[in-house]
Amino acid sequence: MTVTEDRPASTPPRRQSLAGRGVALVRNTWRGLTSMRTALVLLFLLAFAAIPGALLPQRSLNAGKVDEYIANRPTLGPLMDKLELFDVFGSFWFTAVYALLFISLVGCITPRCWEHYKALRTKPVAAPRNLARLPHHTEVTVADEPEAVAALVRGQLRGWRTVTRTGDELRAGKPGEVTVSAEKGYLREAGNLLFHLSLVGLLAAIAIGKLMSYEGNVVVIADGGPGFCTTSPAAFDGFRAGYSEDGTGLTPLCVKVKDFKADYLDNGQAEMFTSNIEYQAGDDLANNTWREERLQVNHPLRVAGDRVYLQGHGYAPTFTVTFPNGETRTETLQWRPDDATTFLSSGAMRFDPPGGMYPDSTERRKNQIGIEGLFAPTALFHGNLLASSYPAMTDPAVAIDIYKGDTGLDTGNPQSLFSLSKELVNQGRMAKQDRVNLRPGESATLADGTKVQFDGAKEFVNLQVSHDPAQQWVLVFAISMMAGLLVSLLIKRRRIWVRVYPADPDADTVSDTLDPHRRRTVVELGGLARTDQAGWGDEFDRLSSRLLADLNTKITSENRA
Amino acid sequence: MPINETIAQYSDWAFESAFAIYVLAFVLLIAQYATARANEVQAREARELVAAGGVTAPAAPSVPGKVVEAPRKPWSERLGNMALSLLVVGVALHIGSIVLRGFATERFPLGNMYEFVTMATAAAMLIGLVLLRKQTYRSLWVFVLVVVIPLMFLAATVLYADAAPVVPALRSYWLPIHVTIVATGSGIFLVSGVASLMFLLRMRQPKGEEGDGFWGKVAERLPDAQTLDRLAYKTTIIAFPLFGAGVILGAIWAEAAWGRFWGWDPKETVSFIAWVIYAAYLHARATSGWRDTRAAWINIAGFVAMLFNLFIINMVVSGLHSYAGLN
Repeated sequence: MTVTEDRPASTPPRRQSLAGRGVALVRNTWRGLTSMRTALVLLFLLAFAAIPGALLPQRSLNAGKVDEYIANRPTLGPLMDKLELFDVFGSFWFTAVYALLFISLVGCITPRCWEHYKALRTKPVAAPRNLARLPHHTEVTVADEPEAVAALVRGQLRGWRTVTRTGDELRAGKPGEVTVSAEKGYLREAGNLLFHLSLVGLLAAIAIGKLMSYEGNVVVIADGGPGFCTTSPAAFDGFRAGYSEDGTGLTPLCVKVKDFKADYLDNGQAEMFTSNIEYQAGDDLANNTWREERLQVNHPLRVAGDRVYLQGHGYAPTFTVTFPNGETRTETLQWRPDDATTFLSSGAMRFDPPGGMYPDSTERRKNQIGIEGLFAPTALFHGNLLASSYPAMTDPAVAIDIYKGDTGLDTGNPQSLFSLSKELVNQGRMAKQDRVNLRPGESATLADGTKVQFDGAKEFVNLQVSHDPAQQWVLVFAISMMAGLLVSLLIKRRRIWVRVYPADPDADTVSDTLDPHRRRTVVELGGLARTDQAGWGDEFDRLSSRLLADLNTKITSENRA
Repeated sequence: MPINETIAQYSDWAFESAFAIYVLAFVLLIAQYATARANEVQAREARELVAAGGVTAPAAPSVPGKVVEAPRKPWSERLGNMALSLLVVGVALHIGSIVLRGFATERFPLGNMYEFVTMATAAAMLIGLVLLRKQTYRSLWVFVLVVVIPLMFLAATVLYADAAPVVPALRSYWLPIHVTIVATGSGIFLVSGVASLMFLLRMRQPKGEEGDGFWGKVAERLPDAQTLDRLAYKTTIIAFPLFGAGVILGAIWAEAAWGRFWGWDPKETVSFIAWVIYAAYLHARATSGWRDTRAAWINIAGFVAMLFNLFIINMVVSGLHSYAGLN
C-alpha cells in the first residue's frame, strides 16, 4: 500500500463552491481510505474482529453449542445473537471491515501498478552530485580513458538496467565526465503487486465458490444396498448450498456403499476407516457402468469436479417385529453414536402394523410399535445397565424400551430420528410395554403376542458430497500470493552509480611524465539500497572489487562502506 | 502399530538431557552477563587511571627470546564460549529426542502438543545457533532461553503424552509437511519476538545512557537498537512466508481430510489472526511514525497470538485441531 505519507499541503485558502467542496471531500476520503495508516488500522480491526470467531461457539461449526450458549444466558445471549457474534464470519461488521480493507488495497495497488509500469520504462536516475554521501562508496584512480572505463563498467553490470550519460546530458558535470546509472531489483515491486493482486483474486475466488458451492451429507448403510444419487437436495440428510444454487443443478452422481471397515488398536483408538464403494458419474450413468473406489480418511473420491468424503460412521441395528397375525416387518436404521470412543449409540425405530390387521387406519395408527434405546458394539453390563467397552462390533447388545401406540409418524410434526416423541408418551398416546436387554437373535414378546427381535447390526457411513467449482482458483491465487510475497521479501531494489572523469592534471604529474599517452581517470562508485532491507553492503563490496579488479589498478582510497 | 518402549524411553532421556543442558548453559550465560559488566567497569577504571597520569601500561617487550603469554581471554568470554558449546550439544540431543520419538512410534513425531512444542523449540534453538552465532548477538541467548526453557518445561510436564500412534485423520503425508513448517515458523517467530522485546528495552535504555536500575544494567550488554530491530525484521521475513505456506498447505490437507479447505475452525481463525498481525508488522515498518516502537509492539502481539493459538486454542477451546493428546 502507499508507502509515502507526506502529502503536499492543500493550497486553496479561498472558499470553494459547494461542488468543489464535495469533490474535495470525496477525494480526501479516498486518499484517507487508501493511505497506509488506514490500511494498518483496518488490518488490526480485521484481526480483532476475528477473535470472537475463535472464542465463541459458531453456528457454522456447531449450531447445538450456540443454542446451549444462548440458553445459558437468557439476557445476554439473544443480544449477542443480534450482534451476529455467533456468525462472525458472515456478520455485517466483519464483512464491512474486509470490504473496506480490500477497497483500500485496490485503491492503493492500482496507482502503484501504473507507477511501476512507468518506472520500468524510465531510465535509471542520474547520479547524485556527491556520491561520497551515499551509504556505500568507493573511489579509485585508474590509467584509462573515461569512455573506455564507463564501457567496461557497463559490461560488468550485466543484469542491471543501466544508462550512460555524457556531456550535455549531465547538468553540471566536471569536464569530460561520464556517469553510469544502474538499477536492479524491479521484481521486488512486481512481487509485492502480485501478492496484493493475488489477495484480491483469492477473495474473489472464495466469494464465487461461496455462491456456487454446495455440500450434502448422507447416511448410507454399508451393505451394498441401493445407495443414493444426487438427484435433488432431498437425497441428502443435510444440505448446505450457496446463494446461487437452488438445488436443481447438482452434478449427477450415484454411489453405492459395499462395505465399511474400522481398524482399532487394543485400547480402542481408531487406526483407519476404509469403505469400498461403487460410483457412477458422467457417461457411466447412461450406460450403467459402476466403477469401484476405496474411500478412506484423507482419501476422498474426486469425480466430475466434485468430491465424496467418508466423514463418519456408526451402527445401524436391525429389528424384526412379528405381529400377532404372523406377519413380520424388518428394519435397519442408523443410531447416533453418543460416545466417540466406545460407540455406545442411541436411537429409535417405528413400525407400522401390516395393512388389514386393523379395520381402519385410525385403529392401525394406535397400534404402532416404537423402539427406543441404546446399542453397544461390545456390550458391558453393569447389572442391567448397558455400556460399551470397545468400539468394534465384537459382542453387540441393545437395551430398549418397547412402546405401543401412536408413534406420531402421521401427525405431520417433525420428530427426531433418534428418539420417540416424549410428548406423545406423556399424553398417553404411546405406552411403554417392556424394557429389555437383547443380544442378537434374542427377542421379547409383548402381552398382545407381538414379538420384537434384535437381529444384529450393520455399519453405516456418513458420506459428504462437496461441490466448489472455484476451489482450484483459490489454490492458484494462494500459490501466486506466496510467490509474490517471497519475491517481494527476498529481492532488494538497489542502485549503483559510477562517475568517471579525468583526474586533475596538476595533481598528478609523475605518471603523466612517465607515460604521456595515458591519462589518469578517477572512478567513483556509489551504492544505495532503496528498501529497508538490511545488509546490502556485501553485494556492493563484491561488485566494486570485481569492477576494480577488471580495471586493473590499485585501490587508492579506502572503501567507505 | 506397536510402540517401541525402549526407544521411547531413550527419546525421553534425550529430551531431559537437552533440557538439563539448556538450564546449565542458561546459568553460564547469566554468569557471563554479570561478569561482562564487571569487566567493563574494570576497563573503565583502568582507562581513568591512565588518563589521570597514574601507572602507564607496561610497554610490549621487544627483547627477542622472551616468551610473552598471550593475554587470557576474560572470564565472561570463556563462560560464553562454554555455554555456546553446551547449547550445540543440547540442540543435538533435542533433535535426537525428536528423531527417536519418530522411530519409537514409526510415524512422523508431530502428533500431539508435546511433540509440537518440542519441534518448535528445537527450531527456535537451531535458528538461534545460525543467526546468533556472532559475538554481538550472544547476549540475546539468555532471553531466548528465558522463553524456550519454560516452554520445554511445560511440554515435559503439562503437555506430555506417551509415545502413541495417531488418529486416522493424521495418517497422511501432509502431517510432516504441514506441521513441520508451522512448528518451524513458530520457532522463528519466537526468536523474532524476543528480539523485538529486547529492542523495546533498548529504546528505553539507549546505548550509553542506560539507567542505574535493573533494566538499565540488563540493557548495557545488549546490542544496539538498530541491530535488534534488524534481527527482528530478518527473522520475521523468514517466518512470515514460512508460516503462510504452512497455513496454505494445511488448507490443502483440510480439503482432503475434512471436506473443505477453510472452515474457520478455531485454530484456523487464530492462525489467520496471527498472520494478519504479522502482515500489519511488515506494513508498519513501511509507515512513517510506526517504524520503531509501534512495529515492535505489533511483532510481539503476533507472537502472543501464536502462543494463544498453541495453548488456549488447544487446551480450552475445542475444535478439529484438538490433537493435543491431553485427556
